[in-house]
Amino acid sequence: MTVGGSDLPVVNPATVAKAPAGGSHKGAPRGGRVRRLTGNDRIVVFTMVIVPLFLTMVFVVLPAIASVVLSFASWDGIGGISTIKWVGFENYKNIATNYPPFWPAIRHNVLWLVVLFFLATPLGMFFAVILDKNIRFSRFYQTPIYLPVVLSLALIGFIWQLQYSRDFGLINAILQFLGLQEPDEAIDWFGDPDIAIWAALAASAWRHAGYIMLLYLAGLKGVDPSLREAASVDGANEVKTFFSIVFPVLRPINIIVVVITVIESLRAFDLVWIINRGRTGLELISALVTTNVVGEASRIGFGSALATIMLAISLVFITIYLATIFKEEEQ
Amino acid sequence: MSRPQSEAEYLARLVPASVSATSSRRTVLKGALGAGAALGGAGLLAACGGSSSGGTDATAGASGSAAATGGEVTFGSNASDEIPKKVVQALADAFKASTGTTMKVNTQDHNTFQENINNYLQGKPDDVYTWFAGYRMRFFASKGLAGDVSDVWKNLTGFTDGFKSASTGDDGKQYFVPSSYYPWAVFYRKSVWAEKGYQVPKTLDELKTLGAQMQKDKLVPIAFGDKDGWPAMGTFDLLNMRINGYQFHIDLMAHKVAWDDAKVQKVFSTWAELLPLHQSDPLGRTWQEAAQAVQNKKAGMYVLGLFVTQEMTANLDDVDFFTFPEIDSTIGSDALDAPIDGFMKAAKPKDDARANALLTWLGSKEAGTVLTKTDPTTLVASSEVDTSGYTALQKKSAELVGSAKNIAQFLDRDTRPDFASTVMIPAIQEFLKNPKDVQGLCKSIEGQAKTIFTS
Repeated sequence: MTVGGSDLPVVNPATVAKAPAGGSHKGAPRGGRVRRLTGNDRIVVFTMVIVPLFLTMVFVVLPAIASVVLSFASWDGIGGISTIKWVGFENYKNIATNYPPFWPAIRHNVLWLVVLFFLATPLGMFFAVILDKNIRFSRFYQTPIYLPVVLSLALIGFIWQLQYSRDFGLINAILQFLGLQEPDEAIDWFGDPDIAIWAALAASAWRHAGYIMLLYLAGLKGVDPSLREAASVDGANEVKTFFSIVFPVLRPINIIVVVITVIESLRAFDLVWIINRGRTGLELISALVTTNVVGEASRIGFGSALATIMLAISLVFITIYLATIFKEEEQ
Repeated sequence: MSRPQSEAEYLARLVPASVSATSSRRTVLKGALGAGAALGGAGLLAACGGSSSGGTDATAGASGSAAATGGEVTFGSNASDEIPKKVVQALADAFKASTGTTMKVNTQDHNTFQENINNYLQGKPDDVYTWFAGYRMRFFASKGLAGDVSDVWKNLTGFTDGFKSASTGDDGKQYFVPSSYYPWAVFYRKSVWAEKGYQVPKTLDELKTLGAQMQKDKLVPIAFGDKDGWPAMGTFDLLNMRINGYQFHIDLMAHKVAWDDAKVQKVFSTWAELLPLHQSDPLGRTWQEAAQAVQNKKAGMYVLGLFVTQEMTANLDDVDFFTFPEIDSTIGSDALDAPIDGFMKAAKPKDDARANALLTWLGSKEAGTVLTKTDPTTLVASSEVDTSGYTALQKKSAELVGSAKNIAQFLDRDTRPDFASTVMIPAIQEFLKNPKDVQGLCKSIEGQAKTIFTS
């Protein structure tokens, strides 16, 4: 894959039509539809459109299309394209009817989204609001909440394994120390499929809340203090001020928070992969894709079909999001 | 914690840091050179082989022909960890000393090597590279991605028939030269057993009686952890080979027998009877944690590979093992899992003569001696190598495998990797969660196996 500078379309300034004299956009009639760009402007705009477009095509759109195409194939990745056997919807049929981890994975992905959206994100926002109050030692509180965001997910997975280990974990040790649990009744946090997903979600929420907290805190610092003063002069209490004044003002940040939450829950992968490769109770579509595609004798077609399903689910959310944004822009 | 992917890797973990720190490069070299001198070099071996078969002269390698001395041959190595890396370097040095040919080592990270093996072999692989016996070898051989080394085997004298059949592809030709191995067995602490007066069980009933006794003595009879997904495959393999025999294991792995066959169901239902003797909640426990239960005298025994001893280095003298007991007297108990690591040749090596020379040498007594000298905890595959320096555990392991009539590799080395990882790991974990529905489980496995093996 060569995406060097030489491959990029470069516009030769000499060939670009000269802008009329004095035709900088400053001089263009205000509100007029015609905007004339100088040669340099054109180059900049052209480059800024073409380069990202090219990169998106090569790294996002084409692989996505390839995945969709390959999802109708049976191929172990060995040999040329001629060795690919086309099997129609066989992979999808198998996924739905003949692949036990699939439906749990769908449930877990949805659960992941719901928990991050309704628990972790509000929690992060709550932390931000509290810390924004200029209470004493706020920086001290801020650090441990934000710390997990700095740590790599691989490290987070490792940290939580130490907490959750059935025989040697901190949580069971504390429970036993407090006399709340007998050693033979130790809770198998990551082994019991009914508990594992919640244990993993707690670890994920721990990190996500910190992330949202930081984003939101930055937003809150930018809120014009006079707005709050005005609200308090009008007799609004803290809660009312937040929901009626601050929250609407922070709309751009809110959108970012929503988008990040959706993205994070759809791409949730690292944590479960570190914990147990996304097995027994921690099945996620992304982990199933990896299990099937990466490795020695890969099920390229089957994995691609799973990836396509994930793409379809993502598209639902992306469409809803974009539709909402465009609708609001129009208003 | 990842599973040791090669024997060298898991054996490397057995060596305490203090030991590995003291074995300097110089002592390694000295040992290697000493071994070479003592044997009179590989030329002797190759000469013997060359005289026995005229057709192999060109490939016999180190027999002194101009084509095979000097020059260099490339060697792709997955030995990225400290001790295995040292072993490979020592082999390269000794090979150079005895033949004058340079073995150019290209080391890759162990897991990367494995995950990229498809691309590696389809690209420009090194002439000789490290790999595993079993289906993992046969798969690439059948895809035409491995070189035929049958000629090399004509010159190899130190391997039992078990090793030879483990090196043979579907077409009856050899594609693999073994280097080292480790057996799967039932491990326990001698002091615990002596104190309670336990006897090694010879049959399944004796094992059950022993388990019941251990439960009375407040011990977990069989330590168990399957968080990583593969350790329970070892128990499945052993039960299957005791109940249905080695050939059935091979047929099942090749999907010549259906997974919903009554014989497979019997393996699972026998296992279900034994499960109450296993440590509960295995799915959240790594094998290292389960090994700690034996080490801390909380569990009586543990079914695992020899690498379990790396969790017991403090009490290595107190560790002993026995082969998994007999279940069916007509089948016996002379088959076991003993995964073999070794070397393979590229399908189109740049220098076939030198590649063969290297492989011949790697299968020789000399190379085996270098291996044991460099890594004192290795079980070397060649029976010609002097193993008087072995520890008691190593000696017993070697005897166990030597006396085995059939050596299986391991479930995930004997069958398609895609089937093992995407079907068998979830299926066995599902069984451990819900051991009651054996029939439904086997049906589900078979349904998935059909789609994978026909693809």
